[in-house]
Amino acid sequence: MEPRHTISVWVDNTPGVLSRVTGLFSGRGFNIESLCVAETLDPAVSRITIVSTGDEQITEQIIKQLHKLINVIKVVDLSEVEHVEREMVLVTVKAEDKSRAEVLRITDIFRCRVVDVSPHTYTLEITGNHEKIGAVLSLLKNHGILDEVRTGTLAIQRPKKD
Amino acid sequence: MKKMTGAEIFLECLKREEVKHIFGYPGGVVLDIYDELTRHPEIRHILVRHEQAAAHAADGYARASDKVGVALVTSGPGATNTVTGIASAYMDSIPIVVFTGQVPTALIGNDAFQEVDIVGITRPCTKHNYLVKDVSQLAYTIHEAFHIARSGRPGPVLVDLPKDVIQARTVPEFPKEIKIKSYNPTYHANPRQVKRALEMILSAKKPVLYTGGGIIMSNASEQLKQFAEALQIPVTSTLMGLGGFPGDHPLWMGMLGMHGTYCANMSISETDVLIAVGARFDDRITGKLSEFAPHAKIIHIDIDPSSISKNVVVDIPIVGDCRDALHQLNDLLKEKPPKDWAAARAQWLDTIKDWEKKHPLTYTWSDTVIKPQYVVEKLWELTKGEAYITTEVGQNQMWAAQFYKFKRPRQLMTSGGLGVMGYGFPAAMGVQMAKPGATVIDIAGDGSIQMNIQELITVVEYDLPVKIAILNNSFLGMVRQWQQLFYEKRYSATPMTAPDFVKLADAYGAVGLRATKPEEVEPVIRQALETPKPVIMDFRVEPEECVMPMVPAGKAMHEMLLA
Repeated sequence: MEPRHTISVWVDNTPGVLSRVTGLFSGRGFNIESLCVAETLDPAVSRITIVSTGDEQITEQIIKQLHKLINVIKVVDLSEVEHVEREMVLVTVKAEDKSRAEVLRITDIFRCRVVDVSPHTYTLEITGNHEKIGAVLSLLKNHGILDEVRTGTLAIQRPKKD
Repeated sequence: MKKMTGAEIFLECLKREEVKHIFGYPGGVVLDIYDELTRHPEIRHILVRHEQAAAHAADGYARASDKVGVALVTSGPGATNTVTGIASAYMDSIPIVVFTGQVPTALIGNDAFQEVDIVGITRPCTKHNYLVKDVSQLAYTIHEAFHIARSGRPGPVLVDLPKDVIQARTVPEFPKEIKIKSYNPTYHANPRQVKRALEMILSAKKPVLYTGGGIIMSNASEQLKQFAEALQIPVTSTLMGLGGFPGDHPLWMGMLGMHGTYCANMSISETDVLIAVGARFDDRITGKLSEFAPHAKIIHIDIDPSSISKNVVVDIPIVGDCRDALHQLNDLLKEKPPKDWAAARAQWLDTIKDWEKKHPLTYTWSDTVIKPQYVVEKLWELTKGEAYITTEVGQNQMWAAQFYKFKRPRQLMTSGGLGVMGYGFPAAMGVQMAKPGATVIDIAGDGSIQMNIQELITVVEYDLPVKIAILNNSFLGMVRQWQQLFYEKRYSATPMTAPDFVKLADAYGAVGLRATKPEEVEPVIRQALETPKPVIMDFRVEPEECVMPMVPAGKAMHEMLLA
């Protein structure tokens, strides 16, 4: 599998910018695995987190092409630096009889939260990095996942420790 | 300051950008601009007959004049008709600004009459584009649009103007300066990288300069010539770079690539240091990528970082303006102890001369049928190599590139990247507007000239004495050539009927001339050049002539077909 890259892009918070960014990916055949966008503390600026796959040359092109967009202020390949990644998933799992306790145990072990309960289901909030989320979901699959939605990866650079 | 309408602000902005000519076509939503235009005699509007031609004419105008070309069209179909012209300017990095009318802001998104999301449509083929939603933003946006079009790696910018914005009033603020925090092109090449590059070049045994359109756009020809001569480095260029180095210079090897000269392509296969300046290693140049310049260390100078290491991984990347980088190289070179480079380079230059002698650019002469290459040769000879040449796309384009020896930059206008049939004639119109009094010739095919032939009436109306030389072979020649070479001569949809071009010229009020025998070529060209009106020359040429040499698609550069 090709390496994953988590790229942070600061852009002007104006209409059409997201479409410029995603259009660049589709037009040049780059991959988007996930995409998160929201305003920053400065309302004139939005921050996009893109997870993409590709070899070194492709990633270099992605970053250069992003830079070339007039509305792109800054691009950082977080995979090159110390960073923290988080993703959130809301998932509704079948939970009946015996499996109700088992689902709760998984919830507990992985420090997930129950956000909704019905006689036959639990809806859980799972937060973590890509790997943890994969692990929880694969366990929950055994009980039957009825619905699921993800935020995509968010990432932030760790400050220097010294 | 008093309030001004959007239309008034628009024209005031153009005046401030020193725009003298607009290529355009009116329509419902831009009526107010056209009305305001009547009060601005200093700006000349050229009414084209199809909006595609407006974009190409602005492109030709920009290339010839080193200014920003301007097109103005209405919404909907007016806007979509410019898209081919915009995409072509984008691929070739040509600074044009296209203004499109738009339905009133309140109607946007309602599928209103003649509404189209032109900003959405042109997003991938403009350097940048704008929808102006408030008249207070108009002056700034227009200034920014011109700034972006002409700076850095130039390119087309589109500004979409809703009708209500054009009609609204405001007290405008005309900006003097543009500061875009997210847009700061690097002009000054990193001196350390330049120094490293020079060391590599000085140690090279078989260096080659491979130049592109960047030489032309950055006005770097003088610096290039100085550098090549100082170190006796042979020069080849892409189609877009022709004229960037004199075509009659002893160090000139001719164009490289799919239809490049034998000697230029062989030099790439043998070189040990390839110096790419303002070129982007596109597939028509490199052929089979894995076998491109197999023995070479590569230095790449380009203002666009994304061009570097896109197709070919380079050893020394230099981001910056070509002229700046070459200037630095020339200055650094002066500090070096003098060396007899002519002697040091003799062996390499001899090898190149041998290749040149072995397989020169040539064709088989015929006493009975006109050879298209002969027409281009004669055009070159009879214009003393001084004419502005535009081309269409296909065989005509390649023969023009091979057999017209361009002397100076901005002399050739051709749709290099996108390869637009129908580009040459409207572009010639733009060139003639920028260079009144100069000889402007569109070297065309019978196929491509029919793609924008309607502009004949425009050149007649505006008294633009453009000459069109049609290499008429009754085929879509380049496609036919591929069918001959790779599809066992199954000429599917390539034989093509053309109208009687002489009568057609006459009907439009231009002059039509025809040559059917080789001995008629020269008199026809002479007569055309002496005629102070638009002229069509219909040369009935050998129908099945091929452009040679040719590197078949996907083959390595030394695997040329020669005849």
